[in-house]
Amino acid sequence: MAADNSVLLGLVEEFVSGQVDSKAAETSTGVKNGQFTILQLVEALGVSLSSSQPQTRGRGVQLLSQVLQECYSSLSEREVEVLLAFYENRLKDHYVIIPHVLQGLKALTKCSVLPPGSAVSVLKSIFQDIHVQSLMLAERSCVYNILISLMESKEEELKGLGADFIFGFVQSVDGERDPRNLLLAFQVARNIIQRGYDLGKFVEELFEVMSCYFPIDFSPPPSDPRGITQEELVLSLRAVLTGTSQFAEFLLPLIIEKLDSDIQSAKVDSLQTLAACGLTYSHKELAEFLPGLWSSIRREVSQTASERVESAGLSALSALVSCLSRSVLNSDSEDVLQVFLSLVLKDCQHHLCEPDLKLVWPSAKLLQAAAGASYRASLIVSAAIIPALLEQYNNRTQCAHRRTLLEVLQGFVQPTALSRPADGEDSVLVAFQQSLCGVVFSALTESSAGLQVTATRVLSALGQQPGLMAQTDVEKAVDHLSRLILEEDDPKLSSAVVECSGSLAHLHPKAFISRLIPRLKEEILSGQSDAAVRQRCVTALASVSSLPSVVQESAPVLLQVLASAHTGSCGFSVEEVAAVCISLQKIAEHARDSEEIGRFFHDIIIPHLLGLCLQAALQTRDAGHSSPLTDKAVLSAVVPVMSTACAALRSESASRMAAQAVSLFLDGDVSFLPENAFPSKIQLLQSQAESGGLSQLVCLLMACVCSLPRSVEIPEIDRLLLQLEDLSCTCTHLFSFTSAAKCFAGLVNKRPAGEALDAVLERVMKRISVELENTSSAQRTQAFTLLLWVSKALLLRYHPLSTALTDQLFALLSDPALGSQAADGFGVLMSDCLDVLNRGCHADVRIMYRQRFFAENSTKLVQGFNSAEQEKKSCYLKALSHIVSNLPRQVQLTELPALLPLLLEALSCADQAVQLSTLSCLQPVLLEPPEALRNQLEALFSRLLALTTSPAMKVRIASLQCVHALSRLPEHTVLPFRARVLKALAVPLDDKKRLVRKEAVAARAEWFLLGSPGGR
Amino acid sequence: MNSHQQANRFTQRELQVIMSGGTRLENANPLIFQRSGDRLLTATDEDEDAADPIDDREIFDLIRSINDPEHPLSLKELNVVEQMRVNVNDEESTVSVEFTPTIPHCSMATLIGLSLKVKLLRSLPDRFKIDVHITPGTHASEDAVNKQLADKERVAAALENSQLLEVVNQCLSTRTM
Repeated sequence: MAADNSVLLGLVEEFVSGQVDSKAAETSTGVKNGQFTILQLVEALGVSLSSSQPQTRGRGVQLLSQVLQECYSSLSEREVEVLLAFYENRLKDHYVIIPHVLQGLKALTKCSVLPPGSAVSVLKSIFQDIHVQSLMLAERSCVYNILISLMESKEEELKGLGADFIFGFVQSVDGERDPRNLLLAFQVARNIIQRGYDLGKFVEELFEVMSCYFPIDFSPPPSDPRGITQEELVLSLRAVLTGTSQFAEFLLPLIIEKLDSDIQSAKVDSLQTLAACGLTYSHKELAEFLPGLWSSIRREVSQTASERVESAGLSALSALVSCLSRSVLNSDSEDVLQVFLSLVLKDCQHHLCEPDLKLVWPSAKLLQAAAGASYRASLIVSAAIIPALLEQYNNRTQCAHRRTLLEVLQGFVQPTALSRPADGEDSVLVAFQQSLCGVVFSALTESSAGLQVTATRVLSALGQQPGLMAQTDVEKAVDHLSRLILEEDDPKLSSAVVECSGSLAHLHPKAFISRLIPRLKEEILSGQSDAAVRQRCVTALASVSSLPSVVQESAPVLLQVLASAHTGSCGFSVEEVAAVCISLQKIAEHARDSEEIGRFFHDIIIPHLLGLCLQAALQTRDAGHSSPLTDKAVLSAVVPVMSTACAALRSESASRMAAQAVSLFLDGDVSFLPENAFPSKIQLLQSQAESGGLSQLVCLLMACVCSLPRSVEIPEIDRLLLQLEDLSCTCTHLFSFTSAAKCFAGLVNKRPAGEALDAVLERVMKRISVELENTSSAQRTQAFTLLLWVSKALLLRYHPLSTALTDQLFALLSDPALGSQAADGFGVLMSDCLDVLNRGCHADVRIMYRQRFFAENSTKLVQGFNSAEQEKKSCYLKALSHIVSNLPRQVQLTELPALLPLLLEALSCADQAVQLSTLSCLQPVLLEPPEALRNQLEALFSRLLALTTSPAMKVRIASLQCVHALSRLPEHTVLPFRARVLKALAVPLDDKKRLVRKEAVAARAEWFLLGSPGGR
Repeated sequence: MNSHQQANRFTQRELQVIMSGGTRLENANPLIFQRSGDRLLTATDEDEDAADPIDDREIFDLIRSINDPEHPLSLKELNVVEQMRVNVNDEESTVSVEFTPTIPHCSMATLIGLSLKVKLLRSLPDRFKIDVHITPGTHASEDAVNKQLADKERVAAALENSQLLEVVNQCLSTRTM
């Protein structure tokens, strides 16, 4: 004990007189592990604490405070009481000691065992003895932290202090300037307000001391380590100001005043603060200021050029109206909502009668914001506005006027989340149902496409709300839509009509089944209409088919189109047939949500499609008659139809699908196909079959079996894999062997790990190596293709063998015959494949496989590039640009510094494809350039500017886009290049291609603005 | 009075207008017109070998998005510029643009003309001779404004005034909304 005591005395001595700061940590360690007690420490400090030298006393208190900061949690209540008394007393001491005293108090107030009454006495002492704002930053922060801790632990006691507490706080915070401390002060104020402290007569004082920061204008110093943002300050101050309605009488005039400010952020902040008030205030607080607030909001919304101000103004108005809507009606007073809305209506309504003047839109938006605030508000506004708009519409004759009026009307038709009628309430538009439908139908027959487009939008909005369209109206609407589909060729109108049909068909399927589908079917199959009309019909059929009942009517029509394309009766082109398949695929996508649609595709559509394609292939082989269904563009379009549908199949139908497809392709079992008129024993997976195009049907096998859920077992998979391997290695037809390789890869990707898979992989890898090593082999391309797809299959699932395979691909980059293909292969490896090996097909795709691949292989690529001969280098660059351009932005940004020299090299590589893909991968990076780029600007500019006169149009465009992006770099870094860029860009201004000139103009305009007054 | 002084007087007057125009709008609720859509892309546009001559629509596309100095609207929306008032001859390298101020006493006319001129100077190859003037009969001091816009030295001097250049640049900035 005595020894300990002397140790402690030594530590104290060294800290206090020896000024050795590290001894404080040693002392607190000693206290923490029980070597000495706090009492002993105080005793040891005795001499220093009572020294006549303020510096010595300060050192003593500092040691004690620092120890307390570490050990406050282990103190007993008695110890805390004594220490608090000591510290409170020290607050009256010399100013050099105060900082340490506050540190000690801050530690003590965090104790869980504060004796009763201590909080009040601490606060009283602080408020009495300390003038907070003459303290330094850290000490002021101490005071706020003490307040925050005490408010957490001793709320009742502090509330007992009553208004003195508020007054003390107001005095301490008055004049605070540091953002860090302000955040703390705002927190204290928020606690005061939200936890129900009595503000007494200091409401205005508290408001004054807080509101003097409003609106906050704070730009953090660059590279600010504390990371306090303007946003943070704004939000915490807003929580204080809007936290209580007691502030209303002071805050609302302040908002009105600040809305007059010229600074946009001040306006936005004021409007958002007003919107926040709407949540806590009631009518009582608002009443007096409503006219002033309204005229400010109206002025801002109608005059501003900024969308932020506009939307903030509209939300503020909406918040005011919904606040008024909540107020309870008194029998003796007028309806406040009604009064306010009539003010709004009075100021805005007449502008709606001038559809060609500028103020029509701001006024409409204001009225819509008011109407959207509550059901009651929408009732009042609609009752006044809708009849007026309808009347205006009928009185005007110009299409442009009518269109504006209808667009305005559209905004009132769509209810918002707040104004939606509750259950049992009618839509506010019920009274105008007849006339609204009338106006929409009349607009649909106008000659202006813009007006018609708006009409379809209003129609969709009406159709979405129950009770606004009677059965006869729906039928009339469907007839109008059918007519527009058949007659109107404006692309914008067509897509609007198709969209509207889609949304209405989802709610009113019967009318579409009975009226629209038969009419479109007749038109498509009549053989008399031109291709554009048929295309619109087909697109429309796809868009209305979201419900099983509609699909059962529409999908067979599309099948029938394919059948007649096959027989050649209507003269469909290959593009048209492919477009029909795309529509079928859109319908198949709904199978994901509806099992019934999935079953329909499984039972009817897929067998028919398979049958048709097989028939077409057989006919071509036997009769030489070529059907569009043997074209590989069409087959490639059929694949996604089947794979989308199969991917959505549930377990039992999925297994049946797998069995049927495998037995068809392996054994020629055609029993499940319709119109069974096929020869038996067709051999689809033999490479001899290629002459008749039978072998290319393997893509349909891929569509059926590679997209099924992973749990489905594929029957006879080993035999199937062997046949596919054979086909992909020996077939000479590009589409067939590629599809076979993809199908093989799709199956391998899903096969569970184990001996069976290892055997398959060992066999195929051996075969590939043999073929590739034999440089005279005719089947090297086939072997490469198989290698590529198997690599992809394994890479996606992180299979350990994938590295060996991709290394083979890297080696092929220097192959004289396959180098360029191998380079493009990396594009296949890294990008998402649309028909197989994607997540939609339930493939085993690990997250971030691209990053992993890049991380493991980028050095190989760079080394390969450096050691390659000059003429082979371009393959490496191409491979690199494929890999980099498929990486996520974030990875690109971090990896760019290492790769930049190589990418710059790629820009000066003669291969245009390499230039283009490098430019396209650079461009997004340039929008947010990493530091490394700054040192390479010279090289970058000279290469980019040289490419602006490249012979390839796309390269010129892409390089100009990059030059454009560079203008957004920090001014001081790019300003030195301004003159040079402007001069160089004068050349493409006279480019022979308009698209190039457009980019040159855009880029040059930005560069002119750079560093020029009013520019940037 | 030499031409440099004249140029200076022109900028001084412009500045007065800008300073006084800032607070109160001359025409608070002007007529607005539909924005025309973007030019449709054709197959020839994408063809590497076909040359696309600079045509009226292309010039119109350059100027239609210029911001009005007073309103948050483009010149096209206020019908200050129209495609039919643009004439270009690519072979002879000439461009002529007529613009129509919203009201006959519009004090912004010179400024609008200047913005048009600067935009075309920045966007067209050197070989073009650029003529910007007011649609005949639509402005009170048509001749004076036309004369100012046609005088190269006055335009150059105007752009050396940084306050004027600032306003012109603001009219030419792509709107950030």
